[in-house]
Amino acid sequence: MKPIDVRPQSLEEENLEFDFSGPNADPGPAFPLHRREFLKLVGGGIFIFCASPRVLDGQEGRRPGREDRELPEDFNAFLRIGEDGTVTGFTGKIEMGQGVVTSLAQMLAEELEVSLDSVRMVMGDTGLCPWDRGTFGSMTTRFFGPPFRAAAAEAKAVLLELASQRLGLPRERLKIKDGAVSEVGGAKTISYAELARGRKILRHVKGARPESAAGFTIMAKPVLRRDSRDKVTGRARFAGDMREPGMLCARILRPPAHGARLISVDTSGALEIEGAQVVRDGDLIAVLHSEPEAAARALAKIKTQFEPSGFSADDKTIFDHLLKVAPAGRVIAEGGKPSDGEEASEYRVDATYLNSYVAHAPMEPHTALAKVEGSKLTIWASTQTPFPLRDAAASLLGMAPDNVRVITPFVGGGFGGKSNIRQALEAARLAKLTGKPVQVAWTRAEEFFYDTFRPAAVVKIKAGMRKSGLITFWDYSVYFAGERGSEQFYEIPNHRTMAYGSGWGASEGAHPFGTGPWRAPANNTNSFARESHIDMLAAKAGLDPVEFRLKNLKNERMRRVLQAVAEKSGWSPARAPSGRGYGVACGIDVGTCVAHMAEVAVDKSTGKIVVKRVVCAQEMGLCVNPEGATIQMEGCMMMGLGYALSEQIRFTGGKIHDVNFGTYSIPRFSWLPQIETLIVDAKDSPAQGGGEPAIICMGAVIANAVFDATGIRLLQLPLTPERVKDALARA
Amino acid sequence: MKDAVQFKLNGNPVSLEVDPGRTLLWVLRYDLGLTGTKYGCGEGFCGACTVIVDGQAAHSCSLTMKQLAGRHVMTIEGLGQNGDLHALQKAFVEHDALQCGYCTPGMIMRAYGLLLQTPSSTRSQIIERMNGNLCRCGAHKRIVDAIEAAAAQMGGGTR
Repeated sequence: MKPIDVRPQSLEEENLEFDFSGPNADPGPAFPLHRREFLKLVGGGIFIFCASPRVLDGQEGRRPGREDRELPEDFNAFLRIGEDGTVTGFTGKIEMGQGVVTSLAQMLAEELEVSLDSVRMVMGDTGLCPWDRGTFGSMTTRFFGPPFRAAAAEAKAVLLELASQRLGLPRERLKIKDGAVSEVGGAKTISYAELARGRKILRHVKGARPESAAGFTIMAKPVLRRDSRDKVTGRARFAGDMREPGMLCARILRPPAHGARLISVDTSGALEIEGAQVVRDGDLIAVLHSEPEAAARALAKIKTQFEPSGFSADDKTIFDHLLKVAPAGRVIAEGGKPSDGEEASEYRVDATYLNSYVAHAPMEPHTALAKVEGSKLTIWASTQTPFPLRDAAASLLGMAPDNVRVITPFVGGGFGGKSNIRQALEAARLAKLTGKPVQVAWTRAEEFFYDTFRPAAVVKIKAGMRKSGLITFWDYSVYFAGERGSEQFYEIPNHRTMAYGSGWGASEGAHPFGTGPWRAPANNTNSFARESHIDMLAAKAGLDPVEFRLKNLKNERMRRVLQAVAEKSGWSPARAPSGRGYGVACGIDVGTCVAHMAEVAVDKSTGKIVVKRVVCAQEMGLCVNPEGATIQMEGCMMMGLGYALSEQIRFTGGKIHDVNFGTYSIPRFSWLPQIETLIVDAKDSPAQGGGEPAIICMGAVIANAVFDATGIRLLQLPLTPERVKDALARA
Repeated sequence: MKDAVQFKLNGNPVSLEVDPGRTLLWVLRYDLGLTGTKYGCGEGFCGACTVIVDGQAAHSCSLTMKQLAGRHVMTIEGLGQNGDLHALQKAFVEHDALQCGYCTPGMIMRAYGLLLQTPSSTRSQIIERMNGNLCRCGAHKRIVDAIEAAAAQMGGGTR
């Protein structure tokens, strides 16, 4: 991406045309800058402001303990056609690998008929972009895409209107193409630059209609990432690559375990390192130095005594602990009378499913650089939530939010974990205390220690069916995972789904450390349980797992997707266990239907599972960039192998034992299965989420394939060699 | 204690007044402004900091400046020539072999080291030799495809 030129430009004041529709003409406090200041920063041209509808986010949108601020009334994104004719999109969303820097630009390029390369994107900068809640929940394309496209359509209408005046032609005689408006069948033409030069037109979206799918030339077409060139040359900047004159690197004293209390500390040793500075402010004890290694050496010289925490559960006893402390349940869905269904059932299957804490482990650990200048604070941070960070930093340091600017460079992976803004607040605090620019770059051990893990969870299912294979009742209880994906979509006359505790927040005393949203929060846990259970019912009924699902499924979208994956994978019906090692699973996440087929081989002597092939079909409504969506599907499947096969945080009380990749094993090249993807066409229906759905079935599809290969049913994730061997020994 | 350490960096001789016990990764990133080489784990588990030393891929987080004296270090910044991308970089772009891009410089340098050693690597050799480099976004399939394509393009040469 080219950096945007934000130098103030001189403009003729009389050219200002304010045209804010709606009752609140002023952008108001939701916007970081006063309008005049803002216009000075972003220069002249044609501006179209748009707002995504107020979205009642799913649970992943709520951040307990933080201000739950609504989207601003008036706008939360805009585009500009600059005086040089360049189209620039401004949004508080961030790019962390999910590819929206490309797909959002595609939307603008499509509507305005300019080349994709010429579109610029300014993202995640609270000084230049309007307020945004954060980048998570696969919401960018789903909720933010339609208004963004409408803004581009509005810009097109403005351009045609201006060109009509300038060329003296009616609008019907004009068309736009390649950054210019020209006469249909005639010679008259005028570029966007000529139309925008010396002007300042500000408009809200008024109802111009975006292009329909049939007319797409850039959207819904596969496009390569636009940020690749910078990323393959090392030029792409991440938060840790930012430098400021006089910058100090901070290392912060950490407790040995969560909940441990500092009894005594002697920091004198740290000062033996030349140039080291020790800062103590309440609970924050840090060593700062211009060289990161010297800061680390100085930190190691601090002597401490900690009192251990009282939390005693470990990675084996945590499930009993969770069941014991579970709060009252909430009904998520119900229909019919489970007791009637129970009576009508001829076969009965009950089971309890478990999964461990799992780390986000992005390759880039949490990093931030903070600088205080007079009354202003600037933070460069690896964050998924620049605006909530701005507000939290302002409140922490007692500053006005307008005086805090958060700039988000490229983010090196987030997966939900970078909604945790702790490192940036630490940097802000230290910058204020020292008066110098301060970088806080977490080590891998700190990254594991303060990660907001996917919560350990328990799911209990009771279900019954007729001998024919028709499910008659479904009684489902999920503890501590969260409710996303818990509501089943099969045609079951009597059912009830209950959720006890949420995935994070609220449940004091449940988890020994932080938990939080992890790619498709809750749905990995819920889909593992549901689809394993459906498979057990299929086996009991003596039916092929695909046939059994179709028999109990009326949801047309899901039927299509399931049939698509069966066809693409060359599924031939067989009752499991067939010995082939084939598994199937399906699910719904962020509005998207997915189905997976997997083929595994199980080494019975070592217990090792090798996943040989995974096929995924996905129906996601309008797919803006099929190339980007395919990459997300592949990434989901590869990442999902980890929580399915190996990933689990081992701990005793608040002490975390896995603090680096030596013991915490994430997927590697040697695990790479044959991966195949299929996007089921639905481009006339609204866009749904794309960054998360293809991960939700990975636990179940592999567990089901293992059952098909061996006849053993594993009810706990991850499916480690030890668990496979234990189950084989018991069988 | 600082000392003069002399080595070659991306083809150019460098002389640095530096504590010889310091780590190459941090000297590159903080003293020399070459931030393309990334920190991922600090213990050689992830490969994000991979550079080439005397023609072999190495973890810059595990090398001291003393060990580098007289040797030739190549980083991601030195791989392209005169603004042109190297065949591996081009292949990564053309295959969309990256997502967040944080592990990418290390991946490309590891692959470069592999192709210097074994120019006509097979797919299974590529998978085996790349196994120490971690990618959390799950771009593995495309990375292998890109390296295969680059190897074919390079036809046994280094560019």
